[in-house]
Amino acid sequence: MQRSVVNSYELRNDFPIFKKKINGKELVYLDNASTTQKPYSVINSITDFYSNYNSNIHRAVYQLAEEATTLYEQSREKIANFINVRPEEIVYTRNTTESINLIAHSWARTNLKKDDGVAITELEHHSNIVPWQILSQEIGTRLEYVGIDENGFLDLEYLIELISSKKVKLVSLSHMSNVLGTIVPIERIIKIAHENDIPVLVDGAQSVPHMPVDVKNMDCDFLVFSAHKMLGPTGVGVLYAKKEILEKMRPFMGGGDMIKEVFKFHTNYNEVPYKFEAGTPNIADVVGFGAAIDYLEKIGMENIRKHEIDLTEYALESILSINHLTVYGPRDPNYRGGVISFNIADIHPHDLATIMNDHGIAIRSGHHCAQVLMQRLDVPATSRASFYIYNTKEEIDKFVNAIKEAGRIFKI
Amino acid sequence: MSDDIYREIILDHYRNPRNKGKLENADVTVHDSNPLCGDEIDIHLKVDGGIIRDVKFEGKGCAISQASASMLTELVMGKDLNVVKDLKKEDILENIGLTNLGPARIKCALLSLKVLKVGMVKYYSENDPKSAEQIKNESSLY
Repeated sequence: MQRSVVNSYELRNDFPIFKKKINGKELVYLDNASTTQKPYSVINSITDFYSNYNSNIHRAVYQLAEEATTLYEQSREKIANFINVRPEEIVYTRNTTESINLIAHSWARTNLKKDDGVAITELEHHSNIVPWQILSQEIGTRLEYVGIDENGFLDLEYLIELISSKKVKLVSLSHMSNVLGTIVPIERIIKIAHENDIPVLVDGAQSVPHMPVDVKNMDCDFLVFSAHKMLGPTGVGVLYAKKEILEKMRPFMGGGDMIKEVFKFHTNYNEVPYKFEAGTPNIADVVGFGAAIDYLEKIGMENIRKHEIDLTEYALESILSINHLTVYGPRDPNYRGGVISFNIADIHPHDLATIMNDHGIAIRSGHHCAQVLMQRLDVPATSRASFYIYNTKEEIDKFVNAIKEAGRIFKI
Repeated sequence: MSDDIYREIILDHYRNPRNKGKLENADVTVHDSNPLCGDEIDIHLKVDGGIIRDVKFEGKGCAISQASASMLTELVMGKDLNVVKDLKKEDILENIGLTNLGPARIKCALLSLKVLKVGMVKYYSENDPKSAEQIKNESSLY
């Protein structure tokens, strides 16, 4: 088999979970759009933190606390470097969802008013829909949906019309669909939005882990993503915003660490990004995220993207040859990420996932937190396979054989 | 393993569901869904003299949830409500011949029973609150 730019066979040894057997079979993990597996270096960095550096950050002056603070801030620098921004523009949250909610609570409530439009798309995850619905209910903003065509591409014409007619005051959209894999022309959209003085929030939960993302090039106003979808621990998310935007935003939560001085009836807030990090944060997992970024940078994001294009092309070719199988989203791997949603005949995705599990294969089935998209596709659910650095063509062969096996069981 | 789950009879009820559709003049209609996977079931009941005279279901979802609903309608058709209200989850799993389901899939199998029990609570709460309360208390299905 042709060697890919990423040596998945060798990489797999870095991930302890692949020693586990499922139903006596090797684990074939194809649910990476949901969460990814963790290498030893990430797991060990967390153990190392609790074993050798555990203390609270930003306060105490003893050596241990200084070391912990340094590690915590080093991760911020690594993240900033990774997406090419300044460390003070990185705010730690719990996950992508919390990052979007932070923007909806803080930025939107001061910058948007009744009847202002917020543009989102039919591709969005619930985390980029529900916060805006809540905002609409509370302050009367309007939600504008940008549709997709039958190949899963955005109706750019309509988006541009929304922007240039000033019907919307914020564009908030996913860089890569977690269901269809569609990669949207984000730089073009941001350029047009900025020509009309409209800020853009980019949901990078699916793109940042899988391709080079350079915020300086992209020029988005907000970028949000999660550590756990890029080899890091759960419980750490990132909100990037331009420093001048962060400085004008009011705090999201009040408490320790986000303050400069507290008086009986008023408080002077801390500088950014600390203004948005109230309370003791998830220190150990932030350190673990730093180790995940080190791991990804060693491989190189360009190589990861190439590897996934390679796998996606191979997988699409194989499964499209199966009878009665429908694939949703773009066909050309250059316009999509390594996420393949499909249905086969009348086999419900849950039944397919149960059959896959017999073979040690983990795929996702259901609505993928994208019910608006399911309604658009007019399906109750889809099956979804999503790839990462440790997946191999051999695994895709197993996956394709298991689909055929499901066809046999269901007598198709 | 899957061959034991997706037996001929499950596939038959999935593809050729019995008693599927709406029921005109139903005494009770109940809807529920499993938010985890989006399985949906509606059950319509026609009750007369304490007997289920007619039952129909509508729904969409996996083979297990839909076959289980279809088989449940056959099980309760013409039955005395006193018998139906005592149905336990074990009875359902036995009825569909799936006693080895994992915790995620067992919810698919039991969705229709849950809907039926809610329907009975609704029916009884109008004329027999005591029985309604009893079904509620005993219906910890999951």
